Amino acid sequence: MKRSTIDIWVGVFVAAGFVGLLFLALRVGNLTFSTSQTYQVQAKFANIGGLKKRAAIKSAGVVVGRVSDIHFDNESYEAIVTFNLDSQFKFPRDTSAKILTSGLLG
Amino acid sequence: MAELFGRLGTMVTRRVWQLGYAARFFAYVLMHSGTALRRFGLTIREMYFAGVMSLVIILVSGLFVGMVLGLQGYETLQRYGSSEALGILVALSLVRELGPVVSGLLFASRAGSAITAEIGLMKATEQLAAMEMMAVDPIARVVAPRFWAGVLSMPLLAALFSAMGIFGGYLVGVQLIGVDEGAFWSQMQASVDWRQDVLNGVIKSIVFGIAVTWIAVFEGYDATPTAEGVSGATTRTVVTSSLAILALDFVLTALMFTGGNAR
Repeated sequence: MKRSTIDIWVGVFVAAGFVGLLFLALRVGNLTFSTSQTYQVQAKFANIGGLKKRAAIKSAGVVVGRVSDIHFDNESYEAIVTFNLDSQFKFPRDTSAKILTSGLLG
Repeated sequence: MAELFGRLGTMVTRRVWQLGYAARFFAYVLMHSGTALRRFGLTIREMYFAGVMSLVIILVSGLFVGMVLGLQGYETLQRYGSSEALGILVALSLVRELGPVVSGLLFASRAGSAITAEIGLMKATEQLAAMEMMAVDPIARVVAPRFWAGVLSMPLLAALFSAMGIFGGYLVGVQLIGVDEGAFWSQMQASVDWRQDVLNGVIKSIVFGIAVTWIAVFEGYDATPTAEGVSGATTRTVVTSSLAILALDFVLTALMFTGGNAR
């Protein structure tokens, strides 16, 4: 087989591979270059149940942010959950947070 | 009894000796990859044989694995009334585990064995010795291009496998069974994380690519220069690299996917 034919096929292969990667990243992994600003809020909970990092924060059912950190406070013996909220959403000072389950696989 | 221990000792020493030789060989290949990267045409030629020729088997198996995942996943999920989660199941199992592992196994048996047989046969017919005679370093000219071609091809093949698999799951789940299309994609996008899942899968496939091609070129270079020796080396390549992939996969999964989710 001639060299140039090989080059074309390898080029097609590499291009297809990158298209596959891009498909995984954009369509499957939903990679977004989000430039949206966030602000951090902390909340104390007596029991966080099964809350995990990256869990969605919802207000009236709409996702407004994600949990960024969970740790245990050794002075008040409570869990401190830090979450990043999208800065386009403003909440009043007396907003409270609840931990809810979202179904079998949520 | 003493003879038995003696034989056991010889076997262990030989294995350790071979491991050391393989590590030294790996370092030597890395140090002499200058030619493979400068005369990139050599590597591209090998990428044709390792990557392009593996495309058909990778794409077809990816499609079927995804279709089976779609069928089996639906059977289980619909019992709990959550068949919309089919997208998550198919995408996560492919991107995290099946994509890199199965395409690695296929790559080992399709391309790894061919690399070993080729290098082993070159050694048996004294082509490598002839090259050395002409002051051409066979590692730089023969081994390094094949090594880099394998390392570069493997992540691309794994990505194509996963993409094909997700397409297969979509075909069976959405087109055949009738899971809601919007739910299939949006649930998938909501729970597959770009860095945590996709990037870790790519890292896995790069590691598998290095392991498989390293084993393949080493077994070929180390083969006893007879017809029997070459066939033995080819078998050893497939067996060793398959075991290496599965063992490495366990280690990588333990490192990647337990740290964040454990708490």
